[in-house]
Amino acid sequence: MTIRWSRIALYTVLILFAVLYLMPIYVLLVTGLKSFGEVRLEQMWDLPSGLHFDSFKEAYSALDSNLGNSFKMVIPATVISCMLGSINGYVLTKWRFPGSDVLFFLLLYGMFIPYQSVLIPLVKTLQALHVYGSLWGLVVTHVVYGIPITTLIFRNYYANIPTELVEAAKIDGASIFGIYRRIVFPLSLPGFVVVAIWQFTNIWNDFLFAVTVTSNPSIQPATVALNNMAGSFIVEWNVQMAGALIAALPTLIVYVVLGRFFVRGLMAGALRG
Amino acid sequence: MGIGTSGRRLVRRATSEQAAAVALIIPSLVAVGVFVYGFIGWSALVSVSEWDTLRPDYTYVGLDNFRDLFRNFRFQIDIRNTVVFTVLFVAACLGLGFVLASLLDRHIVGEGIFRSIYLFPMAVSFIVTGVVWRWLLAPRAGVNILPEKVGLGALDYGWYTDPTVTYVHADSRLGEALHAAGLGFLADPNYGIPLAMISVVIAATWQMSGFVMVMYLAGLRAIPEELREAARMDGASEFRIVRHISLPLLRPVTLSAIIILGHQSLKIFDLVMSMSRRGPGFATDVPALFMFETSFQGNHFSHGAAISIVMLVAVSALVIPYLFWSLRREARL
Repeated sequence: MTIRWSRIALYTVLILFAVLYLMPIYVLLVTGLKSFGEVRLEQMWDLPSGLHFDSFKEAYSALDSNLGNSFKMVIPATVISCMLGSINGYVLTKWRFPGSDVLFFLLLYGMFIPYQSVLIPLVKTLQALHVYGSLWGLVVTHVVYGIPITTLIFRNYYANIPTELVEAAKIDGASIFGIYRRIVFPLSLPGFVVVAIWQFTNIWNDFLFAVTVTSNPSIQPATVALNNMAGSFIVEWNVQMAGALIAALPTLIVYVVLGRFFVRGLMAGALRG
Repeated sequence: MGIGTSGRRLVRRATSEQAAAVALIIPSLVAVGVFVYGFIGWSALVSVSEWDTLRPDYTYVGLDNFRDLFRNFRFQIDIRNTVVFTVLFVAACLGLGFVLASLLDRHIVGEGIFRSIYLFPMAVSFIVTGVVWRWLLAPRAGVNILPEKVGLGALDYGWYTDPTVTYVHADSRLGEALHAAGLGFLADPNYGIPLAMISVVIAATWQMSGFVMVMYLAGLRAIPEELREAARMDGASEFRIVRHISLPLLRPVTLSAIIILGHQSLKIFDLVMSMSRRGPGFATDVPALFMFETSFQGNHFSHGAAISIVMLVAVSALVIPYLFWSLRREARL
C-alpha cells in the first residue's frame, strides 16, 4: 500500500511541474484566441468565449515579412554551417595532424565568448564588405560563429566511426575525398540532422546579432520585430502574445517532431559532461 | 627495392592527402581566427582608445576607459545585478534540474512526455520568453491575480517593476556586526539584492532548468544500478544514497552545468531586453544591455568596448579552465 501511495505522490508532483512549465503556453493560447472585446488583463486566465483569430491575424500581418526574413537567413546559414562542420569534424578526427588538438581548443573557445566582445569590429567589417544591414551579413555572421559548435558536434559524432575503416581505405589508396564520399558521408545523416536542428533553432532565436547587424525594420528577422512589437505602446498585449507564439512556432514544431535530435545537440553543446 | 619505392610513394601520397586535409579546414580556421581572435584584439584596441563618437579615433588613452567604467554608478549596479542573477539563476536551475531528474529516474510511465514538457522552453527564444513572462508577472495581471481565481485576494508584488533593493542596513544589528568585523562596506545597496531581478531569474529558470534536468538524467543513468541497489540492501536511506552516491558521482555533470549556465548568465541580454530593460533604478540592468546602449545608441564605442572586454575576461575566467579540464578528461578516456 505504501508503495502505491508513493507512486501516486510521485506522479502528482510530476504533473504539477508539467502544469507549471506549460502555464505560459496556456496563457499565450487563451489570450491569442480571445476576441478584442474580451482581452482584459483581469481575465488573463479565463478561457475565450469562442475561437477568435483576430489577434493572430493582426500579429501575423505585422510579423509576416520578418518571418520571411528569418527563413531567408536561417536556411542558407544552416546549410553552410552543416557542410563546414562536417568537413572540419572529419579532418579533426580522421586526418589529425600535429597541433590539431590545439586548434580544436582554439576553435571551441569561440563558442563561449560573449559576442559583445566582437560586435563593434563585426559591424565595421560588415560595413566595409557592404553586407551590413543585409540578411547576407547575418548569414555570414551566423555561419562563422557557428563553426565551433558545428565542428564540435560532428567531431564527437565522427569519433564513433571506427578509425580502422578509414585507415584501411587509406592503405588501399583512397583519397581524402573518396573516403569522405564513400565511408563517412553515408554514415553522417544523424549528425547532419542534429547540427541542422541546432543551428536552425539558434539562428532563428538569435537576437543580439540580428539587432546590431540589421537596423532597417523591413530586413529584420522575427525576433527583432517581436521585441519591437513588445516595446511599443500601440500594440495590444494580446497581439504581442499571439506574435510571440507565431515567432516561436517554427522552432517549437522542429522540437516536437525531432526532439530526440535536439537533445543530442544539447548534450554535445555541453561538451562531454 | 620495389617495396621501398612503392612505400615511399605511399608516404608521399599520404603527405599530400594530409596537406589536403589541412587545406580543407583552413577556411574555417581563418574565419574563426579573424572573427573571434582578430575581432577581440580589435575590440581591445578600441577599449584603450579615445573613440567616443561616430568617427573612429584610435588615439591611445591607456586604461582610462576602464577606470571610468569601474567608477561609473550604472556599471557598479550592473556588476551587483550580474552576481545576484548568476547565483540565483544557477542555483535555481541546478536545484530544479536535479529534482526533476531524480523524479524521472524512477521508471516513470510516460517519462518521454514529461521530459519533453520540461525541456520545451529551451526551443523558444529568450525574446519570446521575455514577452510572455512580462505579462505573467505584470503587477495587475498574471500570477498576481491567480489567487482570485480560487476566491483568495490578489497579490500585490511589483515583480520586475519593484525598485526595492534588499541590503544590510549599517544601523541594523547585522550591519554593526559587519562593521565590527571590518566588513562595514558590505552594508550598502551595492551589495544588496534587487528584488526586480528575481522576476528575470524566474523566467530564465523556466527556460533553462530542463537542460540541467537532461544532463542530470543522463548522469544518473550512467551510474550503475547495482551500486545503489547494494546501498539499499545495506539499509541506506534514499536520502543517504543521493547524498553519498549520486551527488558525488554527478560532480562532473554539476560542474559542466555550472559553467554553461554561468557563462550564459554573465552575458544575458535578450531576456532582459524583452522583459524589463533597465528596470526601476537600473534594478534589472546588466552589462550586455549597458554595452549595447553605450555602443550602438550612444556611439561611445571606446566605453562600449571596455564593457565588452570586462565581460570577456569574466567569461574566460570561467570557461578556459573548464575547456582545459574537459579536453584533458577526454584525452584520458
